Amino acid sequence: MSQHIVSPKIYFLIFAALFALTALTTGVAFIDLGPYNTVAALAVAVTKAILVILFFMHVRYSPHLTRIVVAAGFFWLAILITLTLSDFRTRSWTPRPSGWEISAFSPQDGR
Amino acid sequence: MSEAPLALAHQFDDLDQQHEAGSLGMWVFLVTEIMFFGGLFAGYTIYRSLYLEGFVAGSHILNIKLGATNTAVLIASSFTMAMAVHSAQKGRRRAVMGFLLLTMLLGFTFLGIKCVEYHDKYVEHLIPCESVACSNLGLQFAPVEQALQEIQKQHAQLAHVELYFCFYFFMTGMHALHMIIGIGIMTYLLLMARRGKFNAQYYAPIEVAGLYWHFVDIVWIFLFPLLYLIGGRY
Repeated sequence: MSQHIVSPKIYFLIFAALFALTALTTGVAFIDLGPYNTVAALAVAVTKAILVILFFMHVRYSPHLTRIVVAAGFFWLAILITLTLSDFRTRSWTPRPSGWEISAFSPQDGR
Repeated sequence: MSEAPLALAHQFDDLDQQHEAGSLGMWVFLVTEIMFFGGLFAGYTIYRSLYLEGFVAGSHILNIKLGATNTAVLIASSFTMAMAVHSAQKGRRRAVMGFLLLTMLLGFTFLGIKCVEYHDKYVEHLIPCESVACSNLGLQFAPVEQALQEIQKQHAQLAHVELYFCFYFFMTGMHALHMIIGIGIMTYLLLMARRGKFNAQYYAPIEVAGLYWHFVDIVWIFLFPLLYLIGGRY
């Protein structure tokens, strides 16, 4: 009936994994993978975040309601970033109306 | 079952329900925090995609060793915080206090290293600031020779590197502010634990503070690769 108590052994394993992943992501930054450097760095960061959320934050042992709230939070974050980027990355696809040439958000201008 | 345990607030059926409600409430708050930092991450992503050279140059100016060390320190503090919650669940008062102190110590270590980094950037004149009041304090954005070489190597414009440092200082600054608040909360928990306010049935404040601390750790887990590891160091 009482709360699920995670054993210190699991906490320590997660800590070791997080430490190893930090070393990995720092090491990978010194190897030339082209555009995959960013992909690798983000993949490691997401893995670490999932480990922290599932084990340190007990979401793995939490009721469904808590899990839905957590998932909804990150889903909304995904919407925020995806829709904002899809706007900015597609602005150059269509011609600007005349008179709008000098735009504060033009990717080309410096300062 | 004639008397309810002291730890149970009257509006809950049992301890399990009380515990779930507490965690759920904290998670709702953390979702608002995800949205807060999410806005910063979205802004960062847009400007990084527009001015990549500037962001690469800015990232290469940062001290990767100090950044990686701080990541390790913060992960260790998350581990000790998890152990503090574990000790609370077992009702071990002295262990709770020990692990809370250890977590605070690691938190201060992180902030100390952050201060060293901020000071380095101050000395290198990398604080983004334009007004006269700022330049009177020596806070103008006028990179020293070494940083300028890196900026030229990446063919980056000075204004774009300055924008990178705006994001760097605001994001790491907001993260550091959250850590200072977390250390303040732990100071309060330490006093409550010393007075014997917690037991194996009632430890919700420690659990909820743990969730907060782990969340701050997650923010840094993303800040480290996004600020320090842009474009590779080879």
